[in-house]
Amino acid sequence: MTDAAELRRRTADLLAAHPPTRLPPPPQNEGPAGPPLWSATERLDFLRARFDAGLAWVHFPEGLGGLGAPRALQAVVDAELEDAGAPGNDPGRIGIGLGMAAPTILRFGTDEQKKRFLRPLWTGEEVWCQLFSEPGAGSDLAALATRAVREEGGEDWVVDGQKVWTSSAHLARWAILIARTDPDVPKHRGMTYFICDMTDPGVEVRPLRQITGEAEFNEVFLTGVRIPDAHRLGEVGEGWKVAQTTLMNERVAIGGTRIPREGGMIGVAATAWRERPELRTHDLHQRLLNLWVDAEVARLTGERLRQQLSPTLNSVRAGGAPMGQPGPEGSGMKLAFARLAQEISGWEVEFLAEDGLTYDDWTLRRPDGVDFTGRQAGYRYLRAKGNSIEGGTSEVLLNIVAERVLGLPPEPRTDKDVAWKDLPR
Amino acid sequence: MTAPVPPATEPDLLYSADEEALRDAVRALLADRSDPATVLAGLESALPYDRDLWCALATGIGTAGLLVPEKLGGAGASAREAAVVLEELGRSVAPAPYLTSAVIAVTALLGCDVDRADVAGPLAALADGRTLGVLALPLTTAPGGAGEPAVRADADGALTGRVTSVADAAAAELLLVWAQGPHGPAVYAVEAPADGVRTEAVTPLDLTRPLAHLALDGARGSVLATGDRAREAVERALLTGAGLLASEQLGIAEWCLAETVRHTTQRTQFGRPVGSFQALKHRMAALWLEVASARAAARNAADALASGSPDAPLAVAVAQAYCAPVAVRAAEECIQLHGGIGMTWEHPAHLFLKRAKADQLALGAPGRHRAALAELAGLGAP
Ligand SMILES: Cc1cc2nc3c(=O)[nH]c(=O)nc-3n(C[C@H](O)[C@H](O)[C@H](O)COP(=O)(O)OP(=O)(O)OC[C@H]3O[C@@H](n4cnc5c(N)ncnc54)[C@H](O)[C@@H]3O)c2cc1C
Repeated sequence: MTDAAELRRRTADLLAAHPPTRLPPPPQNEGPAGPPLWSATERLDFLRARFDAGLAWVHFPEGLGGLGAPRALQAVVDAELEDAGAPGNDPGRIGIGLGMAAPTILRFGTDEQKKRFLRPLWTGEEVWCQLFSEPGAGSDLAALATRAVREEGGEDWVVDGQKVWTSSAHLARWAILIARTDPDVPKHRGMTYFICDMTDPGVEVRPLRQITGEAEFNEVFLTGVRIPDAHRLGEVGEGWKVAQTTLMNERVAIGGTRIPREGGMIGVAATAWRERPELRTHDLHQRLLNLWVDAEVARLTGERLRQQLSPTLNSVRAGGAPMGQPGPEGSGMKLAFARLAQEISGWEVEFLAEDGLTYDDWTLRRPDGVDFTGRQAGYRYLRAKGNSIEGGTSEVLLNIVAERVLGLPPEPRTDKDVAWKDLPR
Repeated sequence: MTAPVPPATEPDLLYSADEEALRDAVRALLADRSDPATVLAGLESALPYDRDLWCALATGIGTAGLLVPEKLGGAGASAREAAVVLEELGRSVAPAPYLTSAVIAVTALLGCDVDRADVAGPLAALADGRTLGVLALPLTTAPGGAGEPAVRADADGALTGRVTSVADAAAAELLLVWAQGPHGPAVYAVEAPADGVRTEAVTPLDLTRPLAHLALDGARGSVLATGDRAREAVERALLTGAGLLASEQLGIAEWCLAETVRHTTQRTQFGRPVGSFQALKHRMAALWLEVASARAAARNAADALASGSPDAPLAVAVAQAYCAPVAVRAAEECIQLHGGIGMTWEHPAHLFLKRAKADQLALGAPGRHRAALAELAGLGAP
């Protein structure tokens, strides 16, 4: 069994074989010394070596970036590498790949798919996006209309349709995609899951400007996109089942990572409170203390969930849920974080008084990812509005908790047993 | 003002196999001997608590001595295990003086010099459940809130004064009294019943945790601790009580949610189970999230108390500020979503509401704990 001591030893070996080299520090007169800078190739070399040493995500199998160790032990590796000043892999930019594509590929992918996709996904050499939502299918994702048709006598599928709200599509090399492959059966049964090549000539990405002024997400038009059958994930018609894995992981992607006390937005708010005593009022004080408690408790709840998700190697061997697949409890964490982010960022704009009336930049940027702590309060306030929509709205998540965790009766449904093509649209 | 220091080690927020086994034993006993109908019937009787039940729980299963080291006659467990007992007691609103005697009074005694026979003796008696003890302070006293004693002691150890709203005082045989002695505040032991000790029963909002005013008129007390030691013993007892009360609150909230889910799944109106209406489902789902969060907060407090972490005061303040309102909301939702039946005396929901509301005031209301937090987290007032 791989334990903490063993992982420390392996991490030391990695650092010895690939000592991370820092670029010379910036000259003294160019402002304060920031975090160490890395030359691009050296950084990539290090990340590749780390993946190959099984220290990327230790709970993944050997040869695929892991060692089949308990998930909780990742923290040991991360702490050692951080102490050594080793470069990391920029999770903010490759979050969809890490949080959603990787666990889905690991669970449903063929050996070739795992070998081909996981390494560049983890190092960040290849960015992923998620082609799920459509203009007519958001909360009701299973209603989607993008068609994938098997080419007669050939090995390819041909895909036509339109996706929307696609984060990072402008950066992505690959996409996870669900499409309808059988319109004659009820909607949940007629979908198939694919890996889509974003460089295919049939893929057109158009920026979609959002509330913050920037264009983090996109519209994606798919016209005659050819996907080889080797890029199918899971069985034909089983796309909904595969998508469940993606969606569950999407919801814990936020709750599953360890954050320190005052990590995230509450830290920004608390710092503002400490640094601007002249802006304090009793009302804002009471509300800040409430939010601080809620944030600390949400952090602990996430930590508890993470501890529950760390099965031992034995439970994986004994056929337990592979590497602790998240359950619907993850929906709860996403709900909590969305509410908190919105309330804290709203509090912060109000606290800042006149400064709260200003905004840093309305230009149409094409950002690499979400930057919750690097920008101004107004940005945080606006961007946080998406937290209760992206990855499943809070209303839909409450339904999931009510039905799958508490076992409450489902809403009466009229669409379950009707062939997709006969559904009213 | 500086930011709060993070805990040195990550807390263990799960339950161990031993803790689960303890839970099973306590739950089985309470299901058998203290179901809601029994609790309700007991409230009509004059007895403040069910002595047979207490014996089975405290002595039979050995829960009273969990916090006491083995060499002092206890089980040598920790706040983590005591928290599990309190979760179960919360789930059954059993009228058992566990929090007051086995947690608060025991912790106060542990803070005195346990090498002294007059400390070790009573401690062993509390640990095996033979004797009931209480720390004689109002139930509302928050950690850090003991303040100047309301009782005075003369040089001969005769105590005079009045302490209001002491939980479980009427049944207690050992009173640990915070009194102003000739050399400053000290902890005195007073045996009850005795001359000069009078308890005036109060009609409590929460019938399952009896309250009494304590009137001392020249009662004989012996000094157990003085000076900083006495202050620290009382402070630690209040902190531990407040931290573990969060687990009782978690248990209350858990029962209320489970019962509400059960009822709304069975109750039909408009041709559907009322639990299938989204307006209700969302309320129960939101409550579930609060209960899950309360569990993390309560476990964190218990773990910090168990490990003697310097983070314990912050962990307790967070747990109390969070868990107290969750228990109240769960009980209020339970009654609302039960409709008319929830307003009846025969349905046990009211027992949980009364306990939850009284618990919100006990050992410091959430506002007190948030004020403590403002200091601990470096978030000073305007
Ligand atoms: C910032 C951002 C990034 C995103 N990134 C991506 C991405 O990368 N890839 C991708 O595929 N998608 C992405 N999405 C899309 C997101 O998943 C959808 O917006 C979301 O699922 C909601 O769908 P919708 O927008 O069609 O709203 P609708 O489904 O039309 O919902 C409208 C309202 O009705 C409510 N509602 C719907 N059904 C129910 C119900 N059964 N009960 C109660 N209320 C209900 C909703 O909660 C909402 O309030 C992103 C969205 C945002 C905001």
